[in-house]
Amino acid sequence: MGKNKKELLLGNEAVARGLYEAGVELVSSYPGTPSTEITESAAKYDDIYCEWAPNEKVAAEVAFGACVGGARAFCGMKHVGLNVAADPLYTASYTGVNAGFVIGVADDPGMHSSQNEQDSRHHAIASKIAMLEPADSQECLDFAKMAFELSEQFDTPVLLRLTTRIAHSRSLVTTGEREKRELKDFPKNPEKYVMMPAMAQKRHVVVEERMLALRDWAETAAINRTELNAGARIGVIAAGDCYQYAREALGVSANYLKLGMVNPLPVQLIKDFADKCERVYVIEELDDIIETHCRANGVEVIGKELFSRLGEFSQATVRKNILKAEPEYLSAKAEIPGRPPVLCAGCPHRGVFYTLKKLRCNVSGDIGCYTLGALAPLKSIDVSTCMGASVTSLHGMNKVRGSEFASKSVAVIGDSTFAHSGITGIIDIAYNKGISTVIVLDNSITGMTGHQQNPTTGYTIKGDPTAAVDLTALCKACGINRVRVFDPYDLSAAEQAIKEELAAEEPSVLISRRPCALLKQVKHKPPLVVDEDKCTGCTSCMKIGCPAISMKGEGKGRKAVIDFTQCVGCGVCSQMCRFGAICEGSGK
Amino acid sequence: MENTCKVVDTFDIMIVGVGGQGTLLASRLLGEVMMSMDYDVKVSEVHGMSQRGGSVVTYVRAGERVASPIIEKGEADLILAFEKLEAARWLPYLKPNGKLIINTQEIDPMPVITGAAKYPENIIDDIKAAGANVITVDALPLAVEAGTAKATNVVLIGVMAKAMGIPKQIWLDAVKDTVPPKFLDMNLKAFELGYSR
Repeated sequence: MGKNKKELLLGNEAVARGLYEAGVELVSSYPGTPSTEITESAAKYDDIYCEWAPNEKVAAEVAFGACVGGARAFCGMKHVGLNVAADPLYTASYTGVNAGFVIGVADDPGMHSSQNEQDSRHHAIASKIAMLEPADSQECLDFAKMAFELSEQFDTPVLLRLTTRIAHSRSLVTTGEREKRELKDFPKNPEKYVMMPAMAQKRHVVVEERMLALRDWAETAAINRTELNAGARIGVIAAGDCYQYAREALGVSANYLKLGMVNPLPVQLIKDFADKCERVYVIEELDDIIETHCRANGVEVIGKELFSRLGEFSQATVRKNILKAEPEYLSAKAEIPGRPPVLCAGCPHRGVFYTLKKLRCNVSGDIGCYTLGALAPLKSIDVSTCMGASVTSLHGMNKVRGSEFASKSVAVIGDSTFAHSGITGIIDIAYNKGISTVIVLDNSITGMTGHQQNPTTGYTIKGDPTAAVDLTALCKACGINRVRVFDPYDLSAAEQAIKEELAAEEPSVLISRRPCALLKQVKHKPPLVVDEDKCTGCTSCMKIGCPAISMKGEGKGRKAVIDFTQCVGCGVCSQMCRFGAICEGSGK
Repeated sequence: MENTCKVVDTFDIMIVGVGGQGTLLASRLLGEVMMSMDYDVKVSEVHGMSQRGGSVVTYVRAGERVASPIIEKGEADLILAFEKLEAARWLPYLKPNGKLIINTQEIDPMPVITGAAKYPENIIDDIKAAGANVITVDALPLAVEAGTAKATNVVLIGVMAKAMGIPKQIWLDAVKDTVPPKFLDMNLKAFELGYSR
């Protein structure tokens, strides 16, 4: 990647390029859609040390340590990850930094791949940390670099907020060179870095003064840009993707105050802008943060009375709400069935969920591909909230509902999620004499976010072999005596293992072990085929909810058909067939 | 100057299909083609949960200046649908005079597999009756002819290339830049089969 060359980069890739150019030495992150590619892309630069941490709290502390250690450091996460990292974040605000420290956080308005759509700007306000928000890939690169300048200038961590449509959109970027930076001296300054009451009380004063200084900076910063258009009477205040939607819908018929810094917000700049407009709209996805700020400072604006707190916006949202314009479009007469996401053909989780449904288990679920086990026809998850909560929530349920409930209830948690925050739940169960049965769905990878290595896989982010957590030994060391492994492709073995561990009057951990079917190194069997003479059309094979099997034909001719483009020959469906109608294929 | 830019015409394309069909590669390749023609380009992708066998859509926009990364109802100049039910689902996003390329492949969604819903019959006739300008292609057999069912996306890129009237060499260069060298010959053959059908 040469100097001043234009490239079509994903917002996340552009952030990574910005980290490289800013001379960042260390990146530690936990994957989470839509933030994952920042760290994956950063790992492609040999000059940056990158790692996947077990969770976001660890990642943020590692990056904080690196910045105290004298080098620019970054950690990236999705919005809910910032909750996990909130503990170090709120106190790093007090200590400030040595070299620059930037936290990238990607919000997911519309919940394309998330369990909630919280607005991470609240964390910036509550932790009293500056937050920048880019509106395209070039700004992703530029703002990432600027975040480090601000971090060092104002002695503060800086948050870089993306949303899905910025993180996962490609646009043209001009790249530059990497800045050469020396390691700063290691500080021996407990007054600043040891946060116990006497010191922290003094640092809080510094934090409040810093916020005022940052607000002054925001009043004149070039990234808070006023665009006045001849003849335009209305004004729009927006940041990030919302600015782009407004530009698309309103063009030069509006004036814009395009905010690049969303915390702290300027006051005089907003007042001056509003004075030049007949009417001012605040367009912001999720919560009314800019709007509330405007009103608190006596600026009349129109915001959430028109624009929803729910989901993501588009140019159509702006046209509908401001121009009262609806598009013309074509549509088919037929009712179009939905196409929800599904567990892939050959997914090792399928056998576990089929078995849990068959045994009528109560299932405490977790965050990952396997959350899809909640959907028809497997429909085998009863509750799922956040990372690691499967294990702990099951323990709580079992404590109040007793051993009969426990004997038909399990938690399911993936290998990466287990390393993230499942282990502490296992310790709680063992320590507090629980009897819960936990199934670790070990598919040898972090699946949902697109195949990242994790502490259980034996490989680093760069693909180098490394130590792997021994799940069996770990659980035993926590005090769980019953730990066993089964293959989820073998339905009878899975059923036997789950039944026996549910019956045990003590806690147990079952490890369902089989690599993700999408992993490149997994060798597949040829697609299976249906012997039409043997198939009776009974639909038993349909109960496993494999997207590669469907029923075709009418009446007595209605038979199961296997889609050769999807089937990976896992053989779970053939175990469902009493007539031996599903056979190994020739691969031709 | 940034501050005085005006709204200009853009060429807006949507690539829709089922997670796992290779729509992402197709949109990246199209983005590269548009970039090499010196347009401002935005490509909006789908990652994460909806990729797992769900309905997926990517947006590719090109023009003198592109603001929004996404395309809304009634705005797409061209939709490339990798599956015919998805063509019907995203039809409202087509400009009333836009082009809709449909791969006639049928992939049952889970509500059809479980029997909760029916796959609509004669869906392509339905789309045509709605007034859309439709080009159909059965890309899967062509991909198999090229060497692998996985090249279906590249066959469809070939069909789209022909429909867009951009010089062929630009597409071939983009294919070379996008696919791994090991599979290049197969993909060039797949592209050719789509382009010359």
